[in-house]
Amino acid sequence: MSELTLLLIKLAFLAVLWLFIIMAVGVIRTDLFGPATSKKRSSARGREAGRPRPARPARRRRNEPRSLVIVKGPLAGTSIDLTSQPIIIGRAKDSTLVINDDYASGRHARLFPDNGRWIVEDLGSTNGTYLGQSRLTRPQPVSIGQPIRIGKTVLELRK
Amino acid sequence: MSEALSAALPPVKRRNAELVMLLFAIGITLFALIEASLTRNGEMPPNLFLYGGLFGGLALLAHVFIRFFAPYADPLLLPLATLLNGLGIAMLWRLFEATGDTSRGSAMDQLILTAASLVVFAAIVYFLKEPRVLQRYPYITALTAVFLLLLPLIPGLGMTINGARQWINLGITSLQPSEFAKIALVIFLSGYMVTKRDVLSLVSKPLKIGRVKVLDLPRMRDTAPMAVMWGFCIIVLVILMNDLGTSLLLFGTFLAMIYVATQRSSWIILGLTAFFGACVMLYPLVPHFRTRVVTWLDAFNPEVFCTDEVIANNADAFCVQAGQNSQQLVQGLFAMGEGGILGAGLGGGKPGHVPEVQNDFIFSAFGEELGLTGLMVMLLALALLAQRGMRIALASRELFVKMFASGISFLIAFQSFVVIGGVTRVIPMTGATIPFVAKGGSALLSSWIMLALLVRMSNNARKPAPVAIQDEGATQVISR
Repeated sequence: MSELTLLLIKLAFLAVLWLFIIMAVGVIRTDLFGPATSKKRSSARGREAGRPRPARPARRRRNEPRSLVIVKGPLAGTSIDLTSQPIIIGRAKDSTLVINDDYASGRHARLFPDNGRWIVEDLGSTNGTYLGQSRLTRPQPVSIGQPIRIGKTVLELRK
Repeated sequence: MSEALSAALPPVKRRNAELVMLLFAIGITLFALIEASLTRNGEMPPNLFLYGGLFGGLALLAHVFIRFFAPYADPLLLPLATLLNGLGIAMLWRLFEATGDTSRGSAMDQLILTAASLVVFAAIVYFLKEPRVLQRYPYITALTAVFLLLLPLIPGLGMTINGARQWINLGITSLQPSEFAKIALVIFLSGYMVTKRDVLSLVSKPLKIGRVKVLDLPRMRDTAPMAVMWGFCIIVLVILMNDLGTSLLLFGTFLAMIYVATQRSSWIILGLTAFFGACVMLYPLVPHFRTRVVTWLDAFNPEVFCTDEVIANNADAFCVQAGQNSQQLVQGLFAMGEGGILGAGLGGGKPGHVPEVQNDFIFSAFGEELGLTGLMVMLLALALLAQRGMRIALASRELFVKMFASGISFLIAFQSFVVIGGVTRVIPMTGATIPFVAKGGSALLSSWIMLALLVRMSNNARKPAPVAIQDEGATQVISR
């Protein structure tokens, strides 16, 4: 075995090792940019957007909230998209939004749409639901950015 | 897209990507064997097909197993572990089989241990469908961990190797129970932190100097778990068993996990202060610990290194005994320096100069033969493994799994740091093993157990939510 061949083998081995790492990083690219198929899907969505959209999204008014965001508390940063379904907030496992908050009741509060407005209603919780500074006694409409406080958790409607 | 959704992993299987990477890792192992044999002996390795068939077959079996039983698992975990394990086997082959001296161990032994570890790996992936069941018995798990850690202290059963009492003698083989205790400890800590998280993270007493708030200290009574952990690590591990590596590893993991659970830096400051305070106090009292520090700080002193001259002057000098001099550390540093950027090529160096090179110092053998370029690959592979673990922790929904996955990935990262830091003279030598790479059954087995847990957790974090049979709002699908 000549020196040169051994040198080439040595360099080839190191190159192969690095190739492995580069490929490994390529595999975890999907963490950041989503799976490769999503490109196809999003381009399909793009084509769809060119066509006139069905009536439903058009019905949405401008100032209607789109999502409910937790701004404070153990689950801060979580958000859920608003649909036409009511949202039950509480510690019970079957709530729509399960909050892990010691000061919340099992079924604490309900948020439901009514003619384009969202109404918050306290479901007889122990520690109460606060809209802004005041404790809820009856269902009240929530405007965008108004803080709803449940225990240590603070939620907000966002556009 | 909301933040909660972006933290979750997309429900894709990517098993083919895993297969490609796995075949690549097996290929690298065989390439390493061929290179070592060609460079050292000038011929193809005599039983290349045996090694290739066994190692490749085992890894592919593990892959097929994951395909069936954990199809949504992270595609990088198995290939990265296979690469590290394969490089370790190739290096052991080069150290022992290629030189014809298999008295201190052999690559074949390591291969058989890999096979046994993979069986345990498969069993865990198969039987542990929901890792959260481990949360049920935190205190029993803690007792198990303590029992395993103390097992070597039982007279007749415990064995002392290289000054550290951390092995037990099982007749046919010896076992290092602390390798398994650390996993049990992570299980306990995860369960404990999930229940005590609020108390540990919310209640605090501000520490003020004058009017300036310096730090939010935890209440005295909440520091009990840390005090227990600290006392245990220091007293039992350092004083009774001389097992500095495990002590450092366990306490570091504990600090990391309490930080993950509470996000409070005061815990880390408190813990590190207590740990270093204890180290300073123990320094004059524990001779084993003192030796480690002296051989670290003063490694190049002829008296500490034990040169031939020193021995000639004083034949029964203290440093003549194995483990009481810095020869291993300094020879390892020389070996890595000899390797330089590109290394001598597998089989081209002289790793035999480093005593006990097959254990912790296998890292310096890699440094000598693969150079900085190769060492970086090894470090990156370990870092990617830890990163995948953290990613699983981010993507999981359950608090316990979040704690568990981050604890395990921290264990992998910190273990690598303790060993590599020791070999490269960043911290004192402690005597732990690089995950997957170094020789030793217990270490290999515990590494594969950790990998199995990560594979299972990543599968559960990634798999799509079960679909309800009918679109009933109130009915929830529960998977077991």
